[in-house]
Amino acid sequence: MSHVPLDVVAVRADFPILREQVHGKPLVYLDNAATTQKPQAVIDRLTRYYSEENANVHRGVHLLSERATDAYEHSRQTVRRFLHARDVQEIVFVRGTTEAINLVAHSYGRTHVGAGDEVLVTAMEHHSNIVPWQLLCEEKRARLRVAPITDAGELRLDEYEALLSDRTKIVAVVHVSNALGTVNPVAEMIRMAHRRSIPVLVDGAQAVAHMAVDVQALDCDFYTLSGHKVFGPTGIGVLYGKAALLDAMPPYQGGGDMISSVTFERTRYNVLPYKFEAGTPNIAGAIGLGTALEYVEALGLDRIAAHEHALLEYGTEALSQIEGLRMTGTARDKAGILAFVFEAVHPHDIGTILDREGLAIRTGHHCCQPLMDRLGVPATARASLAVYNTHEEIDALALALNRVREVFV
Amino acid sequence: MNTGGDADVQDLYQEVILDHNRRPRNYHPIEHAQKAEGYNPLCGDRVTVYLRVENGRIADASFQGSGCAISKASASLMTDVVKGKTLEEAEELFQRFHQMITRPPDEPVEDLGKLSVLAGVRQFPIRVKCASLPWHTLRSAAEAKHDVVSTE
Repeated sequence: MSHVPLDVVAVRADFPILREQVHGKPLVYLDNAATTQKPQAVIDRLTRYYSEENANVHRGVHLLSERATDAYEHSRQTVRRFLHARDVQEIVFVRGTTEAINLVAHSYGRTHVGAGDEVLVTAMEHHSNIVPWQLLCEEKRARLRVAPITDAGELRLDEYEALLSDRTKIVAVVHVSNALGTVNPVAEMIRMAHRRSIPVLVDGAQAVAHMAVDVQALDCDFYTLSGHKVFGPTGIGVLYGKAALLDAMPPYQGGGDMISSVTFERTRYNVLPYKFEAGTPNIAGAIGLGTALEYVEALGLDRIAAHEHALLEYGTEALSQIEGLRMTGTARDKAGILAFVFEAVHPHDIGTILDREGLAIRTGHHCCQPLMDRLGVPATARASLAVYNTHEEIDALALALNRVREVFV
Repeated sequence: MNTGGDADVQDLYQEVILDHNRRPRNYHPIEHAQKAEGYNPLCGDRVTVYLRVENGRIADASFQGSGCAISKASASLMTDVVKGKTLEEAEELFQRFHQMITRPPDEPVEDLGKLSVLAGVRQFPIRVKCASLPWHTLRSAAEAKHDVVSTE
């Protein structure tokens, strides 16, 4: 099946919001790295859950609770299959990538990182993969180390390897940079870290909508994703962790569902993954996420990747024709991101003019202030792609950017 | 006539604004001045406002920084119009300016002379912070605060 190219017209028909008009113009949605739009199947699934299945999970003996629990756990199975994890007990539902990283920093970090130890990240991390480690390092008087990148936005693998040492207790690295689109060589990075018995967390928020991910093939120790960046609802995400690691980790939050028995003297914790799911979870969100991942599986990640790669090449070529425009992030291996700065035009002004032309892009620091400092720019403009984007939309982007030039130059 | 698009963008990016963006007035530091730094973390705009105040009156005003066309033009115009005003008059002008850029688009606005070119900002609520950042920073400089002012 996967040799049949993607039918982007049919894909677009699955997303009702793409029929919206913005300022009297057809919406051209190019802010997918911020959040993706939702297919009808996901919207319908949420409605069906609340119309026919709503109840608390893992508690009631009544039929609705059984339905809700089945749907919730079915979704966990879907996530396991999607990430190619060994076992469903390795799939923890959380609010999103941010919470997943905080969970690992808090639970694994606080039990394994001590004074003088080091946590290693890269210069292209999102704030969500910097600040939790900073908090940990402050508390433990440990040190946050940063693997440098090139001007093109590629990790300097040799310098990364040189930073790995006996003091390094965990590596946390973004799979695909949200600001540059760089695809990091995570498999190689993990091998290098594992040679020194250092576990690796991979932030997959920006990867899973664009490429197939196999956590067993990568051999990563933790992998994180956000549902809303892969056509699912907001407020739901996933922490994958190797069972042996998760099992040895203390709970992150206490409350209902994460216990097996409670007395005032002592609490026994529930088994994985429930030990890390305190309180009533985002049941509808988890179910909607499962539907979103099934939708992606049905389209086929190979076909999605091929479509987006063609768009990215087309867009890179189209934008490079625009006088005064400079791409930020020109790594050889890239996914989904066209980031740029315009000589003498601030990204914020670009964003406003494009908005009036119906184009939604992101402008600013993309929650990567250290990266912006490294690139020597206060902000960039970023068009980010998803499966439903078209070559015509790239043309519209190029046209609107020429319009920006007309206004300002 | 389209319902959005060109007309609206031109309301915002009037020629005077583009001119002040290209060639900002009073774009230099002032030695031994009262100064303050303003910062909008959302878009990375940064502006430093310098004031030389004599007997409660602004004898000279200037700015430096990096930012979008709206914040730069606003700072440029602001430093022009506050020269010669007392600190109280400048503060009052800020209030009136703020009203002008936040009033609903269908309501009439006060004529603020040169500053009126920024009235189009009210059709772009997200950009109000860009236009007002220099004024917040001016207020801070007038109070001779040396902290960074943030719009967040």
